[in-house]
Amino acid sequence: MSYRLLIVDDSKLARMSAAKALNSLQPDWARLEASNADEALSLATQTAFDVALLDFNMPGRDGLELAAALLALRPSMPLAVVSANHQEEIVRRAREIGATFLVKPLNEQALGAFLEDAVRRLKQAQA
Amino acid sequence: MIAAQTDLLNELQLDALTELVNIGVSHAASSLREMVGSQVHLSVPNVSLETRSRAIAILSEREVSNLVAVHQVFEGDFTGRALLIFPETKSLELVRAITGGDLPLEDIIELEQEALAETGNILLNSCLATIANMLHRSLKMSLPEVLRGSAATFFNLAPPPEAGDVVMFLYINFAVRERDISGYIAMIMDLPSLTALTLLLDEFIERATGKTAHSIDDPA
Repeated sequence: MSYRLLIVDDSKLARMSAAKALNSLQPDWARLEASNADEALSLATQTAFDVALLDFNMPGRDGLELAAALLALRPSMPLAVVSANHQEEIVRRAREIGATFLVKPLNEQALGAFLEDAVRRLKQAQA
Repeated sequence: MIAAQTDLLNELQLDALTELVNIGVSHAASSLREMVGSQVHLSVPNVSLETRSRAIAILSEREVSNLVAVHQVFEGDFTGRALLIFPETKSLELVRAITGGDLPLEDIIELEQEALAETGNILLNSCLATIANMLHRSLKMSLPEVLRGSAATFFNLAPPPEAGDVVMFLYINFAVRERDISGYIAMIMDLPSLTALTLLLDEFIERATGKTAHSIDDPA
């Protein structure tokens, strides 16, 4: 079963890098991209996606605020906040919101584990 | 107005450099959090390349007071100087934020030099180490040195560069314990070093995306 992943990052390079990792881990998945929180939220009202990968450090609303807004729309959606800034407060806030915290630069192993867990959760939700 | 030297890097190269610097600064925020025991917000909203004279003009226009800088030299495949710059009036503020703010003024003044050097060391090393690691190169860093003066003093340190040089100019926002302090990071490199950096950025882009930097023909 293939799903749709939303990648939100203000860096085009970071989006391309995440896309490359996704292609090698889950080649059947489709992908949507946004470069900031507002764009992502506007996409969320227009089109469906199953999983989201959000950069923390973005101009405007940060990845944690975006995660909370997306979860308010779709409470069971698996999402991860990605940041090189692994301060306790940020990791804890991600957990409290219900997001997975992934360390940037993103490695395929960590992304793979998150996507597998996301698939498990999506299947459970469908069952 | 003299144009910024943005034509030295293409859009994706500048994006890659901004991303590396942001990762470096985020690592630094994590390290500083350990040091100060309170959450540290650090962000780099903007990276630009400027000529030395324009970098001096920008800083002199924006900051009228004296400046304080932490300076380190880096050497490797690309070589240059890195500076963390704050207005002198903000430097005691920074030390208060780092130390917790309950110290008497005389202690803060005494600690200023040391706290500045350590903060600069963490921030600059973190940025340069991240850039070096992600570009698969190593850089040798000198010890931090605290300087006081003006933009012209910092950007004309001896010995002068052999070839024309470029200043990579980063605005940084620093917030800890309800104190907001804005500063700058400047990396001064000569043109051969910038060329070497550009080639390494292309290799990095290729590794990160699986595409060659010049095959990505998307103006978005």
